[in-house]
Amino acid sequence: MSRLTPENELLASEIISRYPRPKSALIPLLHLAQEQDGYVADDAMEHLAELVGITPAEVLGTCSFYEMFKREPVGRYLLNICTNIACQLTGGEELLHEAEKVLGVRPGGTTADGMITLEDVECIAACTEGPCLQVNYRYEYRVDPAGLRKLVDDLRSGARTDIPHHGTLQRVRQHIPADRLGGIEAPEVAGTPAWFTARQAPPSEQKAGS
Amino acid sequence: MTATDNPQTTTGVPFTLNGKAVEARKDELLIDAADRHGVHIPRFCYHPRMNPVGMCRMCLVDVDMGRGPGLQPACMMPVTPDIKVDTESEATKSAQDGVLEFLLINHPLDCPVCDKGGECPLQDNTLSFGPGESRFVEEKRHYEKPIPISPLVDLDRERCILCDRCTRFAKEVAGDPLIHFIGRGAQTQVNTFPDHPFSSYFSGNTVQICPVGALLAQPYRFKARPWDLETVESTSAVDTTGARVLVQSSRNQLTRILGLDSDAVNWGWLSDKDRFAYQVTESENRVTEPMLRRGGDDLTPSRWSDATKTAARALRGDPARVAVLGGARLNIEGQYAWAKLMKGVIGTDHVDCQLSDGLPAPMALGLPRATINQVCAPGGVVVLLGPDPKEELPTLYLRLRHAIVEDGVSLIELTPRPTSLSDLAAARLHCVPGTVGQVAAALAPGVSNESADAQPADQMTAARALLDGSRPVTVVLGRANLAESARYTADAVGALQRLVPGVTFLPALRRGNVLGGLEMGLTAGFLPGGVRRAGANFPAWPFVPDFDGKDADGIMRAAANGEIDTIVLLGADPMEDYPDAALAKAALERVSTLIAVDAFVTSSAAEADVILPAALFGESDGSFLNLEGRLSPMLAKVTPPGQAKADWMVAVELATALGIDLGFVTLAELRAELSSMATTFASVDWNRLASADDGPVLPLKRQWVLEFGDAATPPAPSSYGLRLVVDHKLWDQGTMAQESPSLAGLAPPALLHLNPADVEALGLSEGTPAIIDRDGATLEAPWVADPSVVPRTARMAIRLPGFDVRSLLTVGRSVTNILIRAAGGTH
Ligand code: SF4
Ligand code: FES
Ligand code: FES
Repeated sequence: MSRLTPENELLASEIISRYPRPKSALIPLLHLAQEQDGYVADDAMEHLAELVGITPAEVLGTCSFYEMFKREPVGRYLLNICTNIACQLTGGEELLHEAEKVLGVRPGGTTADGMITLEDVECIAACTEGPCLQVNYRYEYRVDPAGLRKLVDDLRSGARTDIPHHGTLQRVRQHIPADRLGGIEAPEVAGTPAWFTARQAPPSEQKAGS
Repeated sequence: MTATDNPQTTTGVPFTLNGKAVEARKDELLIDAADRHGVHIPRFCYHPRMNPVGMCRMCLVDVDMGRGPGLQPACMMPVTPDIKVDTESEATKSAQDGVLEFLLINHPLDCPVCDKGGECPLQDNTLSFGPGESRFVEEKRHYEKPIPISPLVDLDRERCILCDRCTRFAKEVAGDPLIHFIGRGAQTQVNTFPDHPFSSYFSGNTVQICPVGALLAQPYRFKARPWDLETVESTSAVDTTGARVLVQSSRNQLTRILGLDSDAVNWGWLSDKDRFAYQVTESENRVTEPMLRRGGDDLTPSRWSDATKTAARALRGDPARVAVLGGARLNIEGQYAWAKLMKGVIGTDHVDCQLSDGLPAPMALGLPRATINQVCAPGGVVVLLGPDPKEELPTLYLRLRHAIVEDGVSLIELTPRPTSLSDLAAARLHCVPGTVGQVAAALAPGVSNESADAQPADQMTAARALLDGSRPVTVVLGRANLAESARYTADAVGALQRLVPGVTFLPALRRGNVLGGLEMGLTAGFLPGGVRRAGANFPAWPFVPDFDGKDADGIMRAAANGEIDTIVLLGADPMEDYPDAALAKAALERVSTLIAVDAFVTSSAAEADVILPAALFGESDGSFLNLEGRLSPMLAKVTPPGQAKADWMVAVELATALGIDLGFVTLAELRAELSSMATTFASVDWNRLASADDGPVLPLKRQWVLEFGDAATPPAPSSYGLRLVVDHKLWDQGTMAQESPSLAGLAPPALLHLNPADVEALGLSEGTPAIIDRDGATLEAPWVADPSVVPRTARMAIRLPGFDVRSLLTVGRSVTNILIRAAGGTH
């Protein structure tokens, strides 16, 4: 899909202005791109590269390091079913099979209507509540096959208004008023912070010439 | 902290290495210190010319820092006093074993079909330090076998051991981070962004430093096995940097060029042109026998004796009606032989090895020289008064870039356009053509003028501060703009010399051995050794010319006017390569005899009456004089094809046909005479040249007093005229690139670059080409709005496919003003 929209480009420049170096803003900007399209499109990565002054390959390097940045389109809802040990013992794999049946896709696939992408994941740190799953990283605990079917129906019918579309990081965006934007000087400009110089290393530990 | 505060700066750091008491240098990494003491610690990711990253853990060794031994990566650890290092302990051995076993888990065992097999650090380390057998029986990770990541480089991701050498090189050394680690964990791979190939001018270096066969050079793929290759140390003649190289051949064919780690010159790095242009020798279009035009007919193969007889007849006439163009392709010996033949035997001084694209000879020869290491010395100030080094002298660019990024060198740009170093420059003074002399003059305190006032005040202030005398200053000097007279550059040189007493220069000319050519007297008014013609005494020569000759421009004009009968082209192709295309055509068509000494039937050679086939790089022994004045060997590895001969032999043949003994029939005799004639070569020990590390820097100190003009007033622009900036791209349609199959397609299409403000003022609309008008001569050109173009200038590169900017250039103009309008529109 696409480069950032004009509104998002504006937002991007605000985000960039909060960092001492433009490229430090890369991860929030990747989120912004994912929020816009539901995934991080190649064109969006090229656009971000231009905005922060690095190459697209460098953007891809960062983006691909993180599982949660999707580089292929995913459904409106990303369904992550845990199949790690605790959930497995309590029925995680059966739940996954049920999901495959209900959705008609294998893990990694997206339903024909573009609504739901199914994934199996490793432990999502809710082991006491297994089998568990996440929809766009919102938890559902102790899910049984019937519960799964209801969840899918609700997602499809739009009943789950509490779960935003995939990629949405926040519904209320923090805006920092210009007069409170502070502390964005690069370390080499700002000098060594006080807490750092307070403890002088003994001469034997100091690097010569520095 | 000053040097005296720290005892370690004056004495070494004592430590114990495998039980022996030794010393490291201050801040020296353990891996380097061990190397110096003859203990090799195995490694993959560490490379002495790049910052260590501790990526591969192959260099783990047992280090006891006083609390008992523990494993430490030797490439990440500066030696500290009194540590005890054991590189052979059980713990070290088991670490090495383990690291290798893990690396081999996913590494395919396809060594028999891998280019790297036989010179592969992974093979070697496994044999010396690794486990004898693998315990891994599972399926290895698979990727699509080699994928092209650029037109020159293939990547086999299965073989990659993720050492970060290639990616580090691309980012840190070349500044082109177009390859990157993608993904995470076991899925990590090196790759490019889709549709953004690794089109760096330096991509071939990654192939050389990859410790496995993951990166492959397409021109070399499956061509040879390392144990079949014969190797000789030589020098790249692609540009005047004279990068040191290893030339390798197999079955009398040049097969590969590798960078040689020379401290003084290229640090092991090469541009892809240095690395791959050897393919030119294999071109099917080589001229392998003499060619002769018999009475208006086509050129047909002939015998050497017939060809030289015809050439000799044409050279016998009035020396003032004979001229020589070119000679930058030749080695020093070829240049000397030709200088002697044309000046000392024929007696003409109309000789020029530059084609109006360089610097006036007195400037290139006479200014006090700096070495690359002096220019790049930490803490210095470098003034760039020349072209974009990345496009014209790419290996020098890598050294400059490193100096700025790593060694605190400050760069002042005095250029007609931003260059590849602009982002790193401390002061950027981009001068509209014609104004650079004035801008340079205003760098002196208290001087101001209109051109300088047009520069950003902060940049002027920054530049003045850098030139205040507190830091050493060197100048990288070249021809930045072919559409602007070199006179303005000379003005700037004069201004800098007045401002900074003792300033030294690196003449960054582009054409191969052109500085050798100048030194050997292939330029009007000079004889070998940089001796001025007038009043010179050259006993080994029959005589010296009795008149001061013309430069290339003068020769062209005289020839076009019918004042020259015979032109000898020494590898020059003025039809394609001389900035004023119309004049070159007129000149070459007018002369009665054109003699080309070349390896190809270039556009110019096609007009010739005689073509004498010449040997190319790697086919003849000789030497090269780089921009520092460093003399290094350029050796033969293969024999020239067919009847082609080394250039100096061609000169000897021709002399014989003239009935004259040139005075030498072997290279040794030629060199002995050269050393006795050219005082700058007096102390050269030719026999040791090949074994000397980087070659001696010749004493090129001249006693001349060079007075360069006072900032001439630049001509005023007319109406909405833009001033033209014409320079070179590395990949162009030059013979070397065109005849090397893998480089031929790399030249980008010609494009007119305009500042967006000018685009708007000119009313150009996207999609419609521009009509460029220079005094009625017009040219239609696709254009692009480019904010890096200095307002009121227009920029394009010469010799690119699409359109020929030379139709806009007329030699002798101080600057070139052009008018631009939209195609199809009215004025
Ligand atoms: S491709 Fe070669 S140089 Fe690059 S990371 Fe892999 S092994 Fe290292
Ligand atoms: S195993 Fe499923 S959340 Fe931990
Ligand atoms: S060489 Fe030291 S970690 Fe790779």
